[in-house]
Amino acid sequence: MSNLPPVVELIDVSRSFPGTPPVEALQPTNLRINKGDYVAIVGPSGSGKSTLLHILGLLDYPTDGTYFLDGIDTSHLSEPERAGVRSVGIGFVFQSFHLLNHRTALENVMLAEIYRPGGQSERRERSVAALQQVGLGHRVDAFPTTLSGGEKQRVAVARALVGKPSLLLADEPTGNLDSVTSAQILDMFDDLHALGITLAVITHDDDVSGRAERRVAIRDGVLSEYAGTDEVWA
Amino acid sequence: MSAANQTTVARSTLSIRDLLNEATIALTARPARTIMTALGTVLGVAALVATLGLAKTAGSQIVSRFNELEATQVTVKPPRDRGNARNRQVNVIPWDAGDRLERLNGVVAAGTKSDVDVGGVFARSVPVVDPLGQTEFQIPVIAVSPGLFDAVRAELSTGRTFDEGHNARGDAVAVLGPGAARRLNLSRVGNSPAIFLGEESLAVVGILRDVSRQPDLLNAIIVPNGYAAERMGLVAPTEVLIEVDIGAAELIGTQAAIALAPNQPDQLRVSLPPSPARVRSSVQSDVNSLFLILGGVSLLVGAIGIANVTLVSVLERTGEIGLRRALGASRRHIATQFLFESAALGALAGLLGTSLGILTVVAVSITKEWSPVLDPWLPFAAPVLGALIGLLAGTYPAWKASATEPIAALRSGG
Repeated sequence: MSNLPPVVELIDVSRSFPGTPPVEALQPTNLRINKGDYVAIVGPSGSGKSTLLHILGLLDYPTDGTYFLDGIDTSHLSEPERAGVRSVGIGFVFQSFHLLNHRTALENVMLAEIYRPGGQSERRERSVAALQQVGLGHRVDAFPTTLSGGEKQRVAVARALVGKPSLLLADEPTGNLDSVTSAQILDMFDDLHALGITLAVITHDDDVSGRAERRVAIRDGVLSEYAGTDEVWA
Repeated sequence: MSAANQTTVARSTLSIRDLLNEATIALTARPARTIMTALGTVLGVAALVATLGLAKTAGSQIVSRFNELEATQVTVKPPRDRGNARNRQVNVIPWDAGDRLERLNGVVAAGTKSDVDVGGVFARSVPVVDPLGQTEFQIPVIAVSPGLFDAVRAELSTGRTFDEGHNARGDAVAVLGPGAARRLNLSRVGNSPAIFLGEESLAVVGILRDVSRQPDLLNAIIVPNGYAAERMGLVAPTEVLIEVDIGAAELIGTQAAIALAPNQPDQLRVSLPPSPARVRSSVQSDVNSLFLILGGVSLLVGAIGIANVTLVSVLERTGEIGLRRALGASRRHIATQFLFESAALGALAGLLGTSLGILTVVAVSITKEWSPVLDPWLPFAAPVLGALIGLLAGTYPAWKASATEPIAALRSGG
């Protein structure tokens, strides 16, 4: 690889939730995602993949270990600083889209930039470009209620892409979509991968994870690389 | 390997412009709900503004009514059925009313004034018939006691007024009001020019320039009581005018009736100036306390309304809060946004309430024929008050919103 630091580097990161007994949601984990990688994190529900997603997305703190995002040690950041890293470094795509219904597609995309530090000129132009990139250049002024599920998810992807984040973090991106629409979204992810965008997709769906160039399985809070079939960890 | 070059990390930001934009979108997304939420505050601010405005308006009304001339004037008139009273010879104002009253402490000047019925007789200044112009006029004749000139603060243009001697002897003298003098074409009285009332001649001793009270004197021929009683059939004075010291009006009012009609003082009609203290206090105590309490209660209810709806909207918008956190909003940004929304709502409500309150003041002023008066700071302070109420009401919901965990919020769907 190049001299660039990896986009994501987890070193012995673990997460436990207090209780009797404490729940070890994530065992000490090492994970490295390089720039341009397309990684699928696969696991059944309750496997700890949501916990991993939240830690990767800086929405949750690891109990132990160190998480470097773009070479920045995030474990010592204050909450506003984590928010700043989030706004610049990570683009989220959610299963349920999380679009605001009272705003147009364009306004939803533009929302991604209001918390971003630094210059924010030409926000509208960048947002229009992002919508064009996901093939929705003709629907910039449409409200989410008039969009199909696939279109909604495209808007969400455009929102995640607009600031050119280091990492596109997708949480079950096709969970609410039918198979045809899912395939379109996955095709789009392939295109984004081809453009050099770093993707981490969290899913329980083999069809989705099969499209990634690298698969990481998580089960009972333990992470393991695998390149084969379900039997490996079934 | 792992980057030890720990750089300083830029915090996320939220510009005022974006904040304003977000609040606008949030408030206009559901206009009906926004209006209902703001209604309590609107009414509260309206009640406060209307109360303060009406108190000020009424207060100013009192001030404008309290002019020195009115406050120092007392008039006494005989009972309303004057015609009968004349026949029965009861409650007649005595000829020496002025003298009797001037002995009272607090009276500056007093005199009687009576309209004289001359039976349509014309007045003229020269006993000739000029076929080319009008020389005869119907001019009202007013009989007065000498003291009245002081009581109305008469200013002379030329000559003099008649005195007690003229009055006692019933001399045929007259003082002209400036209007009457102009019509009779008289401007100087050096040689006591004569005017004629029918066939009676009167010597003009003076011409008035102005009077402060009883402007009907300005267009009249003014004659002494004695003359009017002797030659014009005046039975008794029809009105007593008293100038009193400031503050003495009420006292003189009771004393004057006794001095003029000791047997039946309560039959005389005494007009007093309105007592400023009494009016003011009644207006203020009525309007202020009641409506200020009402306004305060409305504001409280309004604040609770805003707090309540904002809290509900925080719960409804959990997904949005999670999304914003994921997009880079810090807790502070979330709290700021909700606070700003409720403050903006409060300010809008304040603005609307201020307008309603001012409209109320104007409407009441129109029906009462008052001039609406408003403290200039009120229209500016009231929206600020609304914003403060919104801020206060939004505090708990905003804290609640900022405490929402983004993970839980995102899981709630959206």
